[in-house]
Amino acid sequence: MAIEYLGLSEINGPLVVLEGVEDAAYDEIVEFQISEKEKKLGRIIAAYKDKVLIQVFEGTEGLSLENTRTRLTGHPMEVSLSEDMLGRTFNGIGVPIDGLGPITSDVRRDVNGLPLNPVTRLYPRNYIRTGISAIDGLTTLIRGQKLPIFSGNGLPHDRLAAQIVQQASLGDNSDEKFAIVFAAMGVKYDVADYFRKTFEESGVSDHVVMFLNLANDPVVERLITPKIALTTAEYLAFEKNMHILVILTDITSFCEAMREVSSSKGEIPSRKGYPGYLYSELATLYERAGIVKGIDGSVTQIPILTMPNDDITHPIPDLTGYITEGQIVLDRALHGQSIYPPISVLPSLSRLMKDGIGEGYTREDHQDVANQLFSCYAKVGDARSLASVIGEDELSDIDKLYLIFGKMFEKHFIGQSPEENRDIETTLNIGWKLLGLLPREELDRIDTKLLDKYYKKSVYDPSTETVEFADQTA
Amino acid sequence: MSEHTRDIIYGINGPVVYVKNARGFKMGEMVYVGEEKLVGEVISLTSEQTTIQVYEETSGLRPGAVVEGSGAAISVTLGPGILHNIFDGVERPLSEIAKKSGKYITRGLAVNSLDTEKKWPVTVKVKVGDHVTGGTVIAEVPETKSITHRSMVPPAVLDAEVTWVTEDGEYTILDPIVKIRHRDGREEALTLCQKWPIRVPRPAAKHYSSSEPLVTGQRILDTMFPIAKGGTAAIPGGFGTGKTMLQHQIAKWSDADIIIYVGCGERGNEMTQVLEEFSGLEDPRTGNPLMDRTALIANTSNMPVAAREASIYTGLTLAEYYRDMGYDVAIMADSTSRWAEALRELSGRLEEMPAEEGYPAYLASRLSAFYERAGMMQNLNGTEGSVSIIGAVSPQGGDFSEPVTMNTKRYVRCFWGLDKSLAYARHFPAIQWLDSYSEYVNDLSPWFTTNVDKKFVDDRNQFIAILNQEHSLMEIVKLIGSDVLPDDQKLTLEIARVIRLGFLQQNAFHKDDTSVPMKKQFLMMETILYLYQKAKTLILMGQPMSVLKQSDIFERVVAMKYDVPNDKPEMFDQYRKDIDKFYDEVLEKNA
Repeated sequence: MAIEYLGLSEINGPLVVLEGVEDAAYDEIVEFQISEKEKKLGRIIAAYKDKVLIQVFEGTEGLSLENTRTRLTGHPMEVSLSEDMLGRTFNGIGVPIDGLGPITSDVRRDVNGLPLNPVTRLYPRNYIRTGISAIDGLTTLIRGQKLPIFSGNGLPHDRLAAQIVQQASLGDNSDEKFAIVFAAMGVKYDVADYFRKTFEESGVSDHVVMFLNLANDPVVERLITPKIALTTAEYLAFEKNMHILVILTDITSFCEAMREVSSSKGEIPSRKGYPGYLYSELATLYERAGIVKGIDGSVTQIPILTMPNDDITHPIPDLTGYITEGQIVLDRALHGQSIYPPISVLPSLSRLMKDGIGEGYTREDHQDVANQLFSCYAKVGDARSLASVIGEDELSDIDKLYLIFGKMFEKHFIGQSPEENRDIETTLNIGWKLLGLLPREELDRIDTKLLDKYYKKSVYDPSTETVEFADQTA
Repeated sequence: MSEHTRDIIYGINGPVVYVKNARGFKMGEMVYVGEEKLVGEVISLTSEQTTIQVYEETSGLRPGAVVEGSGAAISVTLGPGILHNIFDGVERPLSEIAKKSGKYITRGLAVNSLDTEKKWPVTVKVKVGDHVTGGTVIAEVPETKSITHRSMVPPAVLDAEVTWVTEDGEYTILDPIVKIRHRDGREEALTLCQKWPIRVPRPAAKHYSSSEPLVTGQRILDTMFPIAKGGTAAIPGGFGTGKTMLQHQIAKWSDADIIIYVGCGERGNEMTQVLEEFSGLEDPRTGNPLMDRTALIANTSNMPVAAREASIYTGLTLAEYYRDMGYDVAIMADSTSRWAEALRELSGRLEEMPAEEGYPAYLASRLSAFYERAGMMQNLNGTEGSVSIIGAVSPQGGDFSEPVTMNTKRYVRCFWGLDKSLAYARHFPAIQWLDSYSEYVNDLSPWFTTNVDKKFVDDRNQFIAILNQEHSLMEIVKLIGSDVLPDDQKLTLEIARVIRLGFLQQNAFHKDDTSVPMKKQFLMMETILYLYQKAKTLILMGQPMSVLKQSDIFERVVAMKYDVPNDKPEMFDQYRKDIDKFYDEVLEKNA
């Protein structure tokens, strides 16, 4: 079967054309033998009777028209899977780079995966405690969810992701069956190293599978990195019954690689030069999260993407938002005020939150408190813009209260230390303390019964910039 | 069968497959591609090249593999068993697929659209010697507890005579029920099911103009921007503004007989949620499970793109079929943007010249053809039925000036624009009252006058006016603050606030507020306007707004949506009395 073809017809950027090939299949993987030692992998992205178009993963540098020998493998991109992958580090196409030798396993899977049948899915309802108030309280992460972090260059998204991983794995829902799959696409060496160190420090590194395609690694390779990572995650979750948290960073690099390949293919671009199938491609990644009926494991995804120029309407965050179940948006202005994590709560959202919180999950008042905080914080924005026109002194008394509420909300609710792990009670109590700054009539999103039970007046101490319940200071 | 065209693949590019120099394929014909017999459709023909879009993943397909024609256009099977079911974009039942391939959807699975073994209790409705035409009901089957399925003569039959009928009893969808002889002498056996090509609208006798609303129980829709039965509406909104939530609410509470819910390129978990939730919920009108009147089409975003494009048409064809039986059908298409993007993706693969933003130039004509399949119809068999289309639109970057939203706006008569800032403030449904409109208000006025109250339309218009006044006043407030406004304008702002919080905002998770009958909607309006009128009188008499606000009456009116149960409209009398009391008290205290 192993026919080898000598020579190539054309090399154009990451793509090569090979003519006179027989029996090549669409999406098949080919191997290029460049020299005695050097091999490269490629994928057939268009197959015709007389020629095939191949996308070369490791870049076309060093390929020549004459001396390259090409061999068809007869199958799409596959990866060997085993539980031994935990604690190991691989490159962007799944080759171990930690010097511990290859993974030997009979289990090989197509990295493209298959769509999960909606009938066999289980609607996710169990919340994951991250210990971060802005997430637990307002955009609750649910096991089996895909919740991306929309960030910008220079914002602490890595720190936030690392904190989520640490605290979610160390929380009360931690058990042996928890693991992390980490896929880096085009990230800087320092970022990858930061994650590695964090995993080591928190003692979870033997539960982590890392796939690293760094910024100086071949661009085309990163098109396959997240697929390998997710195939690994699905294997561990659905066949080994583990709870997997997948971190994908940075989705923007993945999309940029796609644009590069698309343009060398000569395809018609749609928005900002990205190919028309950007949505479908992103969807095949993000949709590989979830829970399946009758299986104990789950795949939860936290993709990180840096919004080019902080623009949330850019095609990448825009299309992502339409596929994922919410988003956590980081904000440069908050970051500028040294508030960590700088989560901009108004555009942040968790779509699965409503069914995973409340009585029996978190606390009965959770949904109402969250709605009220959102609603009040939206009014803070109005009061601030009014204050910027007429000055703070001219504001009505209620608007002044909102300004105080806004400041305290950012400082005490959103803001917390990177080591602080708050339980849900603490988060909600801080919420009530802040709402206590406002008169009860303003709280129109909370059920009267809950107000009777939890609402207490609180006072603001300008000297320490703290808020306490009134009866405690009295 | 040998008479069908067979040829071999020349090239494969993503979901598009080319065949060279083939003769005999027809435009729109369904074909089977490769060894696995993947379903495909012929989308372009030249003398040199036939282009096929494949509804399944094409990985591993090789040039040289066989392409076989089916002789027919891509069609769906219509018959009992559609309701309470969930299908993919080309009407393959997902639960059958799960039985065959487990948790993942694999390729080339041959499954029947409808259960061919299940025996249905059939009542035959024609007798030997009857003359039948297209649309004549030949048999009735209790498909679910709430819906009687009427099997009909296929629309193409002009005039035929019944030559044989079976006895009432239990039959599968493949058993002959009736035999007919056409005028040309040809005999045909009819079963409980029939096939219909998805891209062709099912014919009807007559198109009526709309005169009856599709009551959804959602105040901002029913009262402010109503949609007619047989109407079309678009719900555009950026991500996170609540399109899907609103679609779910309409699917749950609207007074349509049948709901077809098409999840086109949306999230897998969402479809699972609909399935779980609708199976557990009761149809408010019949008390049976909601799924009994619902069929779901799920083509999630990671399923093949060509099937996504087809899923919308599959849904529409099912809807038209139930309309032909005389039912009012509402189809939820979530989201039409994903469908438009599928068109764009395929158009790109075909290397067609793009028009705006990469969309093909025929986007507008496809959209218009889609929305024109809605309508209140007189069917071929004389019954009346309707198909209402409610399409979600996901504009890029939440910008309503993009091609899909713009073109959709041209063909729908209801526009329910969702607003990001309302959604950020968690005001749901986040329909922006200033941008949204309904062209049905005038058509439906007579219905509201007779069935709700003659003041209904006036009240509604007053609400719109107050909200518009608020908008212009807010421009001033943004510049100089609200303290400097005269008291009558402060009152307008206060009443507008009451309308926004107490009326427009509706809590989908509250047992009473999730769906509200027309009567209560009207009485809520009346109460708010009565408060407005009384407060206005007080202001005119020189009472300042600060005095009025000392009373809790405004907050109580805001809370009446929760405090008055849906079945106790008489409680509104008490509110009227309380408003009178508030009026008297203010006068007494400050005389």
